[in-house]
This record gives sequence, C-alpha cells and structure tokens, in this order.
Amino acid sequence: MEYVIIGFLWLSILLYLVLGGADFGAGIIELFSRGDNRHRTRKTAYKAIGPIWEANHMWLIIAVVILFVGFPLIYSTMSIYLHIPLVVMLLGITARGTAFVFRNYDAVVDDMQVVYNRIYLYSSFITPLFLGIIAGTAISGRINPDANRFFEAYVFVWLNWFSVAIGLFTVALCGFLASIYLIGEAVDDFDRQIFTRKAVKWNVVAVGCGALVFTAAWVDDIPLIKWVLGNRVGLTAVLAASVSLIILWISVRKGHSMLPRILAGFQASMILLAVSYVHFPDFLIMKNGQHLSLFKHQAPDATMTALGWALIIGSIFILPSLYYLYYSFQKDGFVEDAEH
Amino acid sequence: MNDFLAARSQMALSLGFHIIYACIGMVMPFFMAVSHFRWLKTKDEHHKNIAKAWSKGVAIFFATGAVSGTILSFELGLLWPKFMQYAGPIFGMPFSLEGTAFFIEAIALGFFLYGWDRLNPVFHWFTGVVVGISGLTSGILVVAANSWMNSPAGFDYVNGQYINIDPIKAMFNQAWFSEALHMTLAAFASTGFAVAGVHALMIVRKRNVHFHREAFKIAAGFAAVAAILQPLAGDIAAKSVAKRQPAKLAAMEAYFKTQPASPLVIGGIPDEKQKKVNYGLEIPSLLSFLVYDNFHEPVKGLDQIPEQDQPPVAITHYSFQVMVGFGMFMMLVGVLYLVAVWFKKHWLEKDWLLKLFIIAIPTGFIAVEAGWMVTEIGRQPWIINGIMRTADAVTPMPGIAYSFYLFTAIYFSLSIVVVFLLYRQIRMVPQLYDKQPKNLQLSHS
Repeated sequence: MEYVIIGFLWLSILLYLVLGGADFGAGIIELFSRGDNRHRTRKTAYKAIGPIWEANHMWLIIAVVILFVGFPLIYSTMSIYLHIPLVVMLLGITARGTAFVFRNYDAVVDDMQVVYNRIYLYSSFITPLFLGIIAGTAISGRINPDANRFFEAYVFVWLNWFSVAIGLFTVALCGFLASIYLIGEAVDDFDRQIFTRKAVKWNVVAVGCGALVFTAAWVDDIPLIKWVLGNRVGLTAVLAASVSLIILWISVRKGHSMLPRILAGFQASMILLAVSYVHFPDFLIMKNGQHLSLFKHQAPDATMTALGWALIIGSIFILPSLYYLYYSFQKDGFVEDAEH
Repeated sequence: MNDFLAARSQMALSLGFHIIYACIGMVMPFFMAVSHFRWLKTKDEHHKNIAKAWSKGVAIFFATGAVSGTILSFELGLLWPKFMQYAGPIFGMPFSLEGTAFFIEAIALGFFLYGWDRLNPVFHWFTGVVVGISGLTSGILVVAANSWMNSPAGFDYVNGQYINIDPIKAMFNQAWFSEALHMTLAAFASTGFAVAGVHALMIVRKRNVHFHREAFKIAAGFAAVAAILQPLAGDIAAKSVAKRQPAKLAAMEAYFKTQPASPLVIGGIPDEKQKKVNYGLEIPSLLSFLVYDNFHEPVKGLDQIPEQDQPPVAITHYSFQVMVGFGMFMMLVGVLYLVAVWFKKHWLEKDWLLKLFIIAIPTGFIAVEAGWMVTEIGRQPWIINGIMRTADAVTPMPGIAYSFYLFTAIYFSLSIVVVFLLYRQIRMVPQLYDKQPKNLQLSHS
C-alpha cells in the first residue's frame, strides 16, 4: 500500500505543478505583459481557467493531507523549519484565490477591479516562487535541527542561492506551461502568434533560470549535476525532456493545440522525476544526515492501509468527474460569455 | 505576548473566521438548489434569478472558505507540530476523505457556476445539489477530527507511545455523532437566519419585494426548522460531554462543588478563586435532570478534577450562556415563523416578524462562535483530551506573536472585502437579478 500512497503523493505534487502551475503562470505572464496585450492575455486566461481553477488547487490539499496522515514526521519537520516560507506561500495562496474570485464576482465594475487585479498578479508571482523555495530547501540538505540560533534554524535554511534559484525556476516553468496552454486557447491567428511569442520568451527564461539553478548549486556546494545526471533514470529523464522540447516546438509550428500541452506537462514531470529520483525514498534531506524517508518515517500500517483505500476510492470519484469538467469546458465557446 | 498564547490566539482567530465562511459555503448551496428546483418546476424567472444571485454568494464564500481551510491545514503543523506528528496518523482518516469531498465540491461548483443555459437543466440542478451534499460531508468529516480531540479513540497510549493505531475507530469516536449533528444544525440555523434577515431587511425597505420575499421564504424555512431542532441536539451533546469530559461540563455550568440534586446556574459571574458563582440564578436539581434524567443524581463538579487539569471556568461559562441564550431566541423566532406559515398567514405581511428576522441576522454566528469557544476552551489544558497538553504541542519557533498579528490583519481585511462584495451584490439586485419590465415601469409613471 505504501507504493500506492507514494504514487498518489508524487502524482498530486506533479498535477499541482502542472495544472496549478499553468494557473499561476497565467497570472505571471499577465504580470509581464503590457497594455492591450495584457488585456488580451487576461481575457483568454479567464476563459481557459475560470471554471477549473478551484479544482487545480485541490492537489496541494491532497498532497498536504497525504503528508500529515501518512508521513507525519516529514510534515511536522517541514512545518517547524520552513515555517516562514510556508506562511508567505499561504499569504500568496490566500491573496490570489480571493482576488481572483473577487475580480470575477464583484457585481460592480470600478476602481476596485484594479486593486483585485494587482493583488492577483503579484501573488501569482510570489506563491510559486515560495513553493519552489520550499521544494528547493527540501532537497538542498540545509535543514538543521541542531541549529540553535534563530536565523540559522529558521531563515538561512531557505534563504540561500540554491533555494531562491529553484523558486525562480518554478516561476519561469509556470509561465512556460501557461503560455503553451494559452496557445491552444487562442481565438485567431493573431492571438496565436502573440501566445507563441510569449511561449518562446518563457522557454528562454526557463532555460536561463535552469542555468541559474546549476550555478547556484555550485556556489552553495550542492552536487546537483551529479544528483541529476549521475544515474540512469535522471539522465533518461533529462534527455526525454530535451527531445520532447524539440517535438513540442515542431508541433506548435504545425498548429497543434493539444500535443504541445501534453509535451509541456511531460517535461514538468521529467524535471520532477529527475530531482526526486536521486534521493528517493528520502523526502527531506537533513544537514545532520538523518534524512526523512518515505519508507522509514511512515505512519503505522493500519493508517497506511486506510489512507491508501481512501485515496483509491476518492480517485474513482474525482478523476472521471474532473475529466468531464475539463472536457465540457474545452468545447468551443462554452465559457465565452459566462456571467461574471 | 508569549509564543504559546500567540499560537493559541492565531488558531482561535483562524478557526473563528473559517467557521463562518464554511457554514455559509456549505449551507447556501441547498437554498440555491431549492430555488433552482422551483424555477425548473414553475418556470418563474424569479426563482432562477434568486438561485443565480445566491450562487454568487456561494462562489465568494467557497473561495474564502477554501483558502482559509488551506491555511488551517498548514497551520495545524505550523503551530502544533508535536500534535500533528502523533495525531496525524490517528485522526487523519476523516481528513483524507474530506479531501475527496472537497474536491468533488470544487468540480461540481465549476459545473454549476458556468453551466447556466448550457448544461442539461436537470444535470445542472444536480451539480448544485452535489455542491451542497459534498460541502456538508466535508464539514461533518472535519468535525470528526475535532471530536477525536475531545474523545480520543483508536489507539493505546502506553508509556508515552501511541500504539495499536486504528484510524477507523478513531474516526467513529464517541463524540462524533453529537458534535456533527449539533454543528450541522448550527450551520443551517446561522446561515438561514443571516440570509433570511438580509432579505427581510430589503422587504421592509420595499425593494424588489416579490424577489426578496421568495428568497426569504426558502432561507427562513431552513432556519426555523434547524433552530427548533437545535435544543434537542444540544441536549444530546451536553449529555455526551458530561459522560466523556466532566471537567468541560462543570466549566460550562460554572459548577464548582459536587452536590446531590445538582442545581443549574443561569447567568452569574464565576469567581474562580473563591470557587463560587456570584449573582447567578440557581435552579435546584435541574442540572441532575438535564444530565441524568432524574432529580437527585449528583453531577461531577470541578472539585473532583485536579487543579492542573481544569479549564478556565468563567469564559467557558459565559460562552455557553451566550450560545444557549441566542439559541433560545432563534428557536422562538423559528416557532413564530412556522405558526405564521401554518396558522396565521397574515403575520407574514407584518413588519414585526420581519424585524425579528433582521435582529436575528448575527445571532446564529454569535452562537456558533460561542459554541466553539465552549468546545475548545472547555477542553483545555488538553489538545488531545487526557493525553497531550496544548502547551507541549506548540512549535519551538520563536516570534509567533508576529505571525498572529499578520494573520489578524489578513482575516480582518479579507472579511471586510467579503462584506463589501456582498453589499455590492445586494445593492445590484435591481440591475442584475430582478429587472422590472420596461412597460410595467411606464404604466406606473
């Protein structure tokens, strides 16, 4: 059963990265667009994510619940040492979720819209930045239960070049995912060109941030290259991601909508696989070498069995209806003039 | 402010706001579905527009409820990591099921909000019903986690170790049924009165009277029935508390000294040093009767609880009195409303009845907050009743006071915006949901 649960944990992190990431990305690319371009992005993005954005963010809840029920020591250790970035991330989630809804459900359209919008855009940037920082810290091996000074124990753990670079890379990845997603939502050729240009831009930014991550790892003495490329799975994942990137751009040029999305999601999963595989089954890398493992630090058997069944039964309910939701709103013109 | 107090305050603040968002978010879909059903049956556009107007409220509260719930799922660990480390695997079962229910709610809400005039009408209506049912299920499941803290089950605690863990047994703990029943009715009563009161206000002010009257009927019906059933659920809950947590019951009743034919104290100012209640109204034997159904069996008083295991008495007692007082008031309004519906139809036209509902707008939520204060403060000093002390569960990270100030600012600004949005929704009813036909306006002028 532990494999089922670990599988679900990995899947919910991945789906949150891909679906939630595309959702954050819509805000990020709007933030970095200007004028009419920005307005166009907003309209298309709203049309694309309006009905499904709540569902996209449920994956985070699922991942958290799996952690605190199945791997309580991992959850509580992260809660203690990553308290500050978790709080910032929560602020971002709160501000973003409410501002998005307020922006679309305010009965009166006036200056308040500008306020909601600004909050929405900035929090779209901050939330994935800190999600990335948290993820970066989990694998960087900086968490130090033996530290006894405040900054050492609770701040410099995550405030370092490597974690921040991972945060920026996450932001860029979100922008890339969203722009690839939006290419398929374009209503005419002109729109398509705009979003394709954005996708190229974000692809470049993502690659740049990726290079930044490796540089930061080198500065912070983290053997990232060895971790990612030093084993067959990591190497294969990186190669697969690179090859799929080439196919992705050929397919965009040919005018496909769905294939590029699938490939972009595939790339995100390969990146996640490459970074998570090397430490597996360790989930939280500790400075003192007492890493927290998904095998060694799991809940008692009875809990794991119950949790596994809850996830299996839950997914029988969730996945088909989720698919039907995506399918329904993919049909042309479905949300064209949805009331808001 | 020390870290422990700050952590407790932040938790109380978060739960205090979340419970209001959650109540409205889980009950309003039912109102919406009833109105939607009436539209499907009668084809009267008013009902459709009411359902639409309410669905905007549902969307706003679902989003705020979802984010405040997300905050809580992290806060449990951020503030009480020791508690989660041990309790997570034991009481996590309802949370993992709740994840599913919540997910289904989000999916169904997506369909409902964007499905107007696009989906098959019956399927569209059904998605609205699913929003309500899954929301309610989530609520009941989360209460199971709280009831486990009051009535720990599904493990053996031996030499500081939690062994023989059985998450299913933990979920079906003794307190679950009574707490969930009490909370469900509370959600219906508080949301029902708040919604009915707002529509009553608009009727009294003669704005879109027909629209608001139809809306009022639905909300007031739910509110009245829930408020009348609530004292019964309260009685079941109190009997269960007396059996499992005598200290909490004694604090609720400010009942210091064990005595046969235990009296019930109404009101009064508990003096925790002198261990007595000043200025309270004492009704002989009533407490014995309420707890044991006879007039002489002694109820366990605070004198039989070790000093270090006693909850704060005064605040628990006050909260309890506030909850019961407002509960009684709502029950009375509920009875009057049902009498009006069944026997005295002309009352429904009277302003006094509507004005009672306007007064009742906040009462349900005040009672809900007071009730949660009774549950949570009355359980102190324990976080897991009789097993783990709250003070032992708190995070080692210093400086929680700043976090508390930050979250206070967030919740208050969030609530101000929500109220502002609702105000704008209500003000826009004539333009958005209840347009007067042009020729009608002309014929009047």
